[in-house]
Amino acid sequence: MSSASIEDKLANNKYDIDKEVHVSIREDICKKCDEHYCLYACPADCFKLTEDHITFSYEGCLECGSCKIVCDKDAIDWTLPRAGFGICYQYG
Amino acid sequence: MKQRFDAIVVGAGPAGCTCGYSLAKAGLETLIVERGKFAGAKNMWGGAFYGPTLFQLFPRFWEEAPIERYIHRHRFSLLTQDSSLSAEFTTKKFGEPPYNGFSVLRAKFDHWFASKAEQAGAIIATGLQAEDLLWDRNTVAGIKAGGDELPASVVIACDGVNSDLTDKAGLRGKLLPRDIKQGVKEVIQIPRHLLEQRFNLSGEEGIAWEFIGSFTRGIPGGAFIYTNKESLSVGIVAQLSALCEKKIGANDLLENFKQHPSVAALLAGGNLVEYSAHLIPTSGKAMIPTLYSDGFLVAGDAASFVLATGLTLEGANFAIASGTAAAEAVIRAKQKRDFSRKSLSCYPELLKQSFVLKDLKTFKKASLFLENSRIYSQYPELACDLANKIFTNDGKPKKKIWKLLKNSMKDRVAFSEILRDLIQIKRAL
Ligand SMILES: Cc1cc2nc3c(=O)[nH]c(=O)nc-3n(C[C@H](O)[C@H](O)[C@H](O)COP(=O)(O)OP(=O)(O)OC[C@H]3O[C@@H](n4cnc5c(N)ncnc54)[C@H](O)[C@@H]3O)c2cc1C
Ligand code: SF4
Ligand code: SF4
Repeated sequence: MSSASIEDKLANNKYDIDKEVHVSIREDICKKCDEHYCLYACPADCFKLTEDHITFSYEGCLECGSCKIVCDKDAIDWTLPRAGFGICYQYG
Repeated sequence: MKQRFDAIVVGAGPAGCTCGYSLAKAGLETLIVERGKFAGAKNMWGGAFYGPTLFQLFPRFWEEAPIERYIHRHRFSLLTQDSSLSAEFTTKKFGEPPYNGFSVLRAKFDHWFASKAEQAGAIIATGLQAEDLLWDRNTVAGIKAGGDELPASVVIACDGVNSDLTDKAGLRGKLLPRDIKQGVKEVIQIPRHLLEQRFNLSGEEGIAWEFIGSFTRGIPGGAFIYTNKESLSVGIVAQLSALCEKKIGANDLLENFKQHPSVAALLAGGNLVEYSAHLIPTSGKAMIPTLYSDGFLVAGDAASFVLATGLTLEGANFAIASGTAAAEAVIRAKQKRDFSRKSLSCYPELLKQSFVLKDLKTFKKASLFLENSRIYSQYPELACDLANKIFTNDGKPKKKIWKLLKNSMKDRVAFSEILRDLIQIKRAL
């Protein structure tokens, strides 16, 4: 199998994406963060480093909870998506 | 007036389904709430069910449950960049009822498990999320879910590793990245005949295959391949703190693993159908939260009941056994009509009588030992290098194996380090 990007991998998953955002970051805090642990912790590539700042998109989130555990600056406002929304595994 | 339940179980994973099933069977008015659209929709794992916990609940369950294959062989491999050294174990008993383990995909399996609880009389509300606890002074008195208040005599948190309810009950401190492993997995479809040919399987036989080696770049963790009926579960487990320190994502480790020549050959021509991720609390006894309070109990991953010994990862049977113990504690409390902390204090005693707390105590030093990075890089390299020297015929006169070993150890690991690690193994495993 040829190696695929995370984005390509996620395209196989079934989601019911909510309009409501369930995870967000405090950009003012992230601006002062050098470690960017979230970049390596997120298995769904929801965090991106563009030039010198972190951006976040919630759509591909696998609801694993890693980002909230590794961010030592409490910059992540983390909740689960509303019931019935988000990832819906068909295999698991 | 609103219905008041005897018990509300939050989460329909193995812990919650077992707990809800046992409570309903004993005649308690039981509600199980599950945030997924169906039980299993939010869950992933390796994974294989081991041990007798499940057939104690449902004798001959393999005849009705959506099992993929029974685990007939266990294989363990050490990988370097381009070599592999493997050991395999199988025994006749693994191929006969009641079997030893089963490969399972959660979406189907949890759904079946929840239906068993429902048949026993529990009410299952899927697509409903417990958002908060209801309190009556210092006693948990139910949950808030979907904008409603649902009162109950007792709440059992079976909501998994990210247990929001255990946090809200004030029973658990912040989870630390060092105590957590991240699992990422791909389900790769392969035509059945090809899969059976590649893994040398016939009928419903399956294999559970674990790997450690250079693909994790010294990060504590490993990889796995489980055979399903017509697909493979291929994944990585890696310590969260080490991923951050080494600035590498688990998916990159998975790609490293998949590109190993021995692994790539097994996956060739396969078709990725799902990519998933989930956390595992792997520090064992050291990270168990307070297990109960007034009107409240914690079971399964929410209580960090997972056993990781490096060779095996078991959580589902711990979830089932703790779900059973929690149900038993609640049934006794119901008889006394007393759901106070004092009344529920038989719960840890019941866990101590089962393997749950016994095993976690036996292996309480395992997690610290498993942080030793030599396990993941130097030792696999040493073993493969030695095997290479033994098996390569270069036309020169042969050396004694002891000499070859000394040679392979050079620059990799000192004899004193090996000795220290052996002593650690004795203590931890
Ligand atoms: C990669 C990986 C490989 C593994 N391999 C194995 C293996 O081979 N063998 C093994 O025995 N174990 C394995 N495990 C561990 C095993 O999966 C867990 O220990 C087990 O699933 C724990 O069961 P549980 O019922 O406690 O929690 P979970 O299975 O996590 O179930 C929790 C449930 O609660 C629901 N929920 C959460 N919050 C709420 C809420 N607020 N309201 C309503 N519902 C909620 C979730 O949707 C979920 O259905 C593995 C784990 C991983 C991640
Ligand atoms: S989310 Fe946390 S870890 Fe990530 S950049 Fe912001 S502060 Fe740093
Ligand atoms: S919960 Fe997991 S998948 Fe979602 S953003 Fe955080 S790290 Fe990424």
